[in-house]
Amino acid sequence: MRLCARRVGFGAGGMALLLLGMAAWAEVPASGSETPQAVDVNGQLENRVLQGRFEHIAAQLRCLVCQNESIADSNVELASDLRRQVREMLLAGKSDDAIFDFMTDRYGEFVRFSPPLEAKTLAIWGAPFVMLLAGAVIIYRVARQRSRLPVDDEPAAGP
Amino acid sequence: MWKFLLPFTVFVALAVLFALGLNPSRDIHALPSPLIGKSAPTFTLTDVLDPARAVSNATLQGQVYILNVWGTWCQACREEHEALLAIAQQQVVPIIGLVYMDDRSKAKQWLEQLGNPYQAVAFDTDGRTAIDWGVYGAPETFLVDTHGRVIYKFISPMTPQVWEREFLPRIAAARRGGA
Repeated sequence: MRLCARRVGFGAGGMALLLLGMAAWAEVPASGSETPQAVDVNGQLENRVLQGRFEHIAAQLRCLVCQNESIADSNVELASDLRRQVREMLLAGKSDDAIFDFMTDRYGEFVRFSPPLEAKTLAIWGAPFVMLLAGAVIIYRVARQRSRLPVDDEPAAGP
Repeated sequence: MWKFLLPFTVFVALAVLFALGLNPSRDIHALPSPLIGKSAPTFTLTDVLDPARAVSNATLQGQVYILNVWGTWCQACREEHEALLAIAQQQVVPIIGLVYMDDRSKAKQWLEQLGNPYQAVAFDTDGRTAIDWGVYGAPETFLVDTHGRVIYKFISPMTPQVWEREFLPRIAAARRGGA
């Protein structure tokens, strides 16, 4: 968080954005049973399918300023700029992959919350299974060792 | 033998992992740039000091130069400003400024008050150039070689030490290789 406050001042700009966001929220008409949708200063895409893809992609892209939020969740200006970029690319007819590639070309794989499964990410995806297997082996060996102990381990007849 | 060796190996492995991972001098937020080794994105923007004047890195083709991303909202940029002024005085390479998420008049005022180390200062109105360069904060400093490739990115305030240790050797190497 030190870095957030220091390197990217979430100051006047961020505040303004937040207020704008709140204003946009206030303007959402009470439309009965419709499920609430993500609110953005730029409004929603008219095309429902595109809006759905937009929300999916924005949730999958990391905001690099605070690093544990997606660009869908973050209020910093960079996240807003990246959302605009995603929206424009969707409207230009770009595929999801093209948009993810655009982002990783500029910000690296770290920008994606779930890295794609490929040779160099095999360790990340495989590690949980390797650990699970190692745990199973350890438990099996301990259990077998214990089962070899004499059932009656009372000391032999004492005085 | 195993009873001793296995826990010992695990202990050493963990100790090394923690020593590397918990090193306090390592900035865990600094991300490696995927731009390294690739051609620098070109931009044509307006000059902060004169909106009628265009600033483009295309005119620097064949030269080693530095692109320094800053903003008046950024305290760390103020900290590094003196170092940049000193570097500019050495006249080793042109320093191009890129003003990010900022107000033109504030940026202008900053340069008038604190001095101007930049050969030209581009004004990134809508953050698009910053996205192309993978900028996610300020200050960030890029080094571009004679082939127009990004060869180094430094994330943090510039200091004379960093300049001497990280930049000067790379600039010298880039000039030797690109002559």
